[in-house]
Amino acid sequence: MYTKAVGPACCFMLTLIGAPVASAGEGGYFITYSHQMEEPDNLEISLITTTSQPDSGHRFLNTLTEFEYGLKGWWTTEVYLNGQTTGSESTLFTGYRWENRFRLLPREHWINPVLYVEWEHINGADKSLLEVVGFDAIGDLLNPNSEARREKEREVEAKLILSSNVKGWNISENFVAEKNISHAPFEFGYAMGVSRPLALEASPKPCSFCRENFRAGIEFYGGLGTHEHFGFQPGTSHYVAPTLAWQLPNGVTLQISPGFGVTRSSDGFLLRVAASYEIPQFARSLRRMLR
Amino acid sequence: MQLLLFLAALLAASPHARTPVSKAPVRTASLQNPYDSQDTAIRAGAKLFQRHCASCHGQDAAGRNQAPALASTEVRNAPPGALFWVLRNGSLRHGMPSFSHLPEQQRWQIVTYLKTL
Repeated sequence: MYTKAVGPACCFMLTLIGAPVASAGEGGYFITYSHQMEEPDNLEISLITTTSQPDSGHRFLNTLTEFEYGLKGWWTTEVYLNGQTTGSESTLFTGYRWENRFRLLPREHWINPVLYVEWEHINGADKSLLEVVGFDAIGDLLNPNSEARREKEREVEAKLILSSNVKGWNISENFVAEKNISHAPFEFGYAMGVSRPLALEASPKPCSFCRENFRAGIEFYGGLGTHEHFGFQPGTSHYVAPTLAWQLPNGVTLQISPGFGVTRSSDGFLLRVAASYEIPQFARSLRRMLR
Repeated sequence: MQLLLFLAALLAASPHARTPVSKAPVRTASLQNPYDSQDTAIRAGAKLFQRHCASCHGQDAAGRNQAPALASTEVRNAPPGALFWVLRNGSLRHGMPSFSHLPEQQRWQIVTYLKTL
């Protein structure tokens, strides 16, 4: 059993080490999606952390491990593994997400639509705040892990992603609809983002700190209630979050985003940090290693 | 009618008609490269090529697996605007992604480098 597991694991590690460089990161956002798809056969591995100390709650650190793979030029699939640690409580695995994004138009237009479909199997202790929908509020972050983990959330989520690239700027809007398959109503949310590289021209010399390697932006996201009470309702949370992404020449992308809650129902301050690495031509490299 | 079908089939079968470069609209293909032959743009383009293109097309642009060679007569002879159009739109069916997320300036720098291969 042990030997069987070690072989593929070694091949995977060798694939990582021997892989050429490709650039990771999509628009520099944490929550908002743009229409940039993963390149075919590229695998991007990301570690995304979210930390906060809600008022009258314990500090937590939520960790997501993301595997994003380009199946086709128009189809990207991702798996997230979620876990969190809450101070004075516990560390636990909170579930997984499997998402797929389909680019609907083959060519570039002023507005480029992408359809997003996700299956979530998580528990109530998940604190990733990857999407804010319905009446999600700070109270969801205050339940002790021992209780929250008992609440099972099996949800289907759909997003309509609209995105444009204009003169170096990316402008993206996401409309979110989520349904717990057991008993809850449809819940809605939104995310919007604007970002731009700090320089539009690339410099001729290889460099880590060139301005073109940095991308700055801002995103807004929040809940839009349910189908019965739709809109900017009292009791929904909304956030504004500046973002900064730094793409290193070795294929690593680092991102940081302080997020600020703008309503009473929101968490006051969130800090998100991520590191990504993209392995180009992953399946092909793996096959070569296994031969 | 049969003649039309024959001509359509002939057009589809011609290797030139199948390449993404040949699909660029005339208006876009006629765009001028603002960095044409500039040395700094060639070097910047080479750097961008290694970062964004080499993993599929090979570090020497000789092509690899399904990705065609870019050090080719077709690319050398292609209008710069047509190459720019391919970078912006990609060719999703053939596995070439869109690079519209790169600023226009960087796409032109890549085109400048491609024309030197």
